[in-house]
Amino acid sequence: MALTGVLRPGHAQVRVLDLEESVRFYRDVLGLVETGRDAEGRVYFKCWDERDHNSYVIRQADRAGLDFFGFKVLDKATLDKLDADLQAYGLATELIPAGEMLETGERVRFTLPSGHVMELYADKTCIGNGLTEVNPAPWGPQREHGIAPVRLDHALLYGPNVAEVQKIFTEVLGFYLVERVLTPDGDGNVAIWLSCSHKVHDIAFAEYPEPGKLHHCSFLMESWEQVLRAGDIMSMNLVPVDIGPTRHGVTRGCTIYAWDPSGNRFETFMGGYQPYPDYGPLTWTFDNFGQGLDYPQRKLHETFLTVVS
Amino acid sequence: MTHTVRIEDTGVSYACAPRESLLEGLNRLGLRGIPTGCHGGGCGVCKIEVLAGEFQTRAMSRDHVSDDDVAHHRLLACRVYPASDLSLKVIGKLQRKVCNPASVR
Ligand code: FES
Ligand SMILES: [Fe+2]
Repeated sequence: MALTGVLRPGHAQVRVLDLEESVRFYRDVLGLVETGRDAEGRVYFKCWDERDHNSYVIRQADRAGLDFFGFKVLDKATLDKLDADLQAYGLATELIPAGEMLETGERVRFTLPSGHVMELYADKTCIGNGLTEVNPAPWGPQREHGIAPVRLDHALLYGPNVAEVQKIFTEVLGFYLVERVLTPDGDGNVAIWLSCSHKVHDIAFAEYPEPGKLHHCSFLMESWEQVLRAGDIMSMNLVPVDIGPTRHGVTRGCTIYAWDPSGNRFETFMGGYQPYPDYGPLTWTFDNFGQGLDYPQRKLHETFLTVVS
Repeated sequence: MTHTVRIEDTGVSYACAPRESLLEGLNRLGLRGIPTGCHGGGCGVCKIEVLAGEFQTRAMSRDHVSDDDVAHHRLLACRVYPASDLSLKVIGKLQRKVCNPASVR
């Protein structure tokens, strides 16, 4: 089997200012499937074509932003090994017991030098995608409710020390660098796109003075037409749209950025290409950052650099 | 019925309905380059200080609004709704754009 180690982004926990307003937004406008609520009041969602119990969890809080972002790893042995590797690298890890999140096994938690809390876990209950495992239909009614992305695809996080973050992902967690934007002097990176798979990014980081900031969580759509349909649904529901529909130069992904009711940006995204770990990274110079963000308009939208939660 | 909101920094006034946030009204002025931000009380770019007038608010992120800010009516425009005529001062990241629109792109 080729895909081992860290498999994919598995869950994000995001803070919201008004829980029920946010539930309505995520369930009925974004079209996620609500899968549970826990004793703490957290609400759990998954995308229709995901099989594990949850991928996106919201919690009422007095500030917006990201609590943590978790990756699913192959198995318990992988989890134990990566825990030991992180500690050997010099990062403190914390074990969160199984069951602290609904239907989720033990989690290894650590904090990046960018201020973001990351998690690894091996087990989350498979509840299926609502379709049969024998002779399945290609899709069911859940795909038709709201925007209805197929999966949580990646996140872009803003914080300091991106070079150190890159080392942890590439030297400890088995990710590879897919694309980067150079600093104006060309000596470092202002932004990096990292993959643990065949995807153009599983997580991305941009240099920012304040630690632990969320730029966006991204949800995968199946086609450009579905991205445009997402834009229609956003407008019908007065969702504030930031950028798009357009295409990123970086990753070649087709995109809309918009905000949830608490000001957490999210993305509906499709496309890109399929990199392999032996590909060298693609590089954007700082003066071409605008094309990297919005290729047709060649525009470095100010909100991309300044608006985070 | 709408209320009149006066931006003390510039002397510009605009109409804002009670069901419309101060930021939505401000955006309708069409000042070039105003970073509209998240419209959800989460990012903090739209911070203002209400100098006079009645208003209502919705939840806004405490990352950007402290107790002291609340006490002094330093709030996020996207979460403040006018209940009378208002006067305000723009603070935070928005100020440069509102007060100096010609300087923008
Ligand atoms: S626009 Fe983000 S807090 Fe008002
Ligand atoms: Fe993205």
